[in-house]
Amino acid sequence: MTDKSLYAGRRRRDIIFRGLSIGATAFGLVWLALILGTLFWEGASGLNLAVFTEMTPPPGSAGGLLNAIVGSLILTGIGVAVGTPIGILAGTYMAEYGRRSRLTMVVRFINDILLSAPSIVVGLFVYEVMVVQMGHFSAWAGGVALAILVLPVVVRTTEDMLLLVPDSLREAASAIGMTRWVVIRGVTYRAARAGIVTGVLLAIARISGETAPLLFTALNNQFFSLDLNAPMASLPTIIFQFALSPYDDWQQLAWTGALIITLAVLTLNIVARVFSRSGSGQ
Amino acid sequence: MNAPMVEAKALAKKIAVSNLEFYYGDSKALKSINLPLYEKKVTAFIGPSGCGKSTLLRIFNRIYDLYPRQRAEGEVLLDGKNILDPSVDVNLLRSRVGMVFQKPTPFPMSIYENIAFGLRLYEKLGRSEIDARVEAALSRAALWTEVKDKLNASGLSLSGGQQQRLCIARTIAVQPEVVLLDEPASALDPISTSKIEELIDELKADYTIAIVTHNMQQAARVSDYTAFMYLGELVEFDETSRIFTAPRDQRTQDYITGRFG
Repeated sequence: MTDKSLYAGRRRRDIIFRGLSIGATAFGLVWLALILGTLFWEGASGLNLAVFTEMTPPPGSAGGLLNAIVGSLILTGIGVAVGTPIGILAGTYMAEYGRRSRLTMVVRFINDILLSAPSIVVGLFVYEVMVVQMGHFSAWAGGVALAILVLPVVVRTTEDMLLLVPDSLREAASAIGMTRWVVIRGVTYRAARAGIVTGVLLAIARISGETAPLLFTALNNQFFSLDLNAPMASLPTIIFQFALSPYDDWQQLAWTGALIITLAVLTLNIVARVFSRSGSGQ
Repeated sequence: MNAPMVEAKALAKKIAVSNLEFYYGDSKALKSINLPLYEKKVTAFIGPSGCGKSTLLRIFNRIYDLYPRQRAEGEVLLDGKNILDPSVDVNLLRSRVGMVFQKPTPFPMSIYENIAFGLRLYEKLGRSEIDARVEAALSRAALWTEVKDKLNASGLSLSGGQQQRLCIARTIAVQPEVVLLDEPASALDPISTSKIEELIDELKADYTIAIVTHNMQQAARVSDYTAFMYLGELVEFDETSRIFTAPRDQRTQDYITGRFG
């Protein structure tokens, strides 16, 4: 008899905790759905060809987001182009050459701090070392700020993915006389490729929505500009500016811009997911 | 196999091990090992788990070098040159002393590339030469007929036994002088195992072979010489037929009759 009552109590607790877990999940999903729903509702109505072909307008006239979209692509491009090679090489050192070295432990610790550092701190740092020194805001400064945000993500995923490659594969490659770099380039990079590329895609997804580090580096620009030494527009800063404005058409463009970023990040995440899945099945 | 000892002594020593000791950190794993590997003969290493047979094998191509805190002392002469000498280039050494591991380890690339990659390391070859060498290596490893229509498929798509033969093909493609086999069949089914054993028998025409095995029947079937190791020591080394019929040491006797191990 006591057995049965013990079991009944356990069953009751099981039901309670299952209910709590489901409730918490539902609570999170409801907010996510509300955010996405509002975004689509408000943003989709402003989505038209002009958004992609015209510049940001003065208040009260029609226009698009072309300069901001191109600016975002350029800034993100600089961030990835600068941050990815350094990140992959650093991660390679940590996982392949200096796995047990003190330097690796120090870099890993600092990298973890950088990974969770508020992005506005990074922006402030770049403002101090680049914008103040150069005397003006520039796309370069914005790109570098984004690169600093890319770096820790790529370092971390590269190291983790390379560490997942079994040592038996390194031994086998070394055993036919490959030098260490050939082992890495020919064998371990290939084995870890899906994971490393996924890391880079996720880093891109992260920086494409960053506003804080751009506010006082790349600043903003109401006009189309490809000059990397001049201020440059970007979607997040335009959204920030337009959303706070009192003008209806600006606010509409802010919603549309937000929708575009969200869709881009969503696409990147799906691509990353597909890529990592196709890689692990190999 | 039944040649008298006098004749065996006249064989060329491809590798000569003397007073070899090996350490993992502070713990000694091999104690004063002395033994020869005769040219173009198969030498089997048997003994219970942890006796040091794999450790010994991993010294012959200095693969232990990949890990810090592992070191060997003593002398291992390959054609008269001590390979433990710090001046020896380990990559060149490994191109002469190939190794196949317990677990099949195809590289994450096509079947063709698995073999071609190693070929390009030490030789400047044209496309058609590489093609020919890839085919020769795969044929030698008795894998060609099974894979000739899917050379571009991933090496990882093969079965375990095929993967292991691919690894053997990869090893012999670079034309080493010595081939080290670390329990090459222990992860395979009986049919794959017998294929590997036939292969070893064919390969010894050209290569000096050392094989570590847990399977005493396998040692008896494939080897000309057998070394019995126990607790980091070489207990007995002799012609395989002698080890299995008239061992001199009691411990060898106990092991081969299954009293421990």
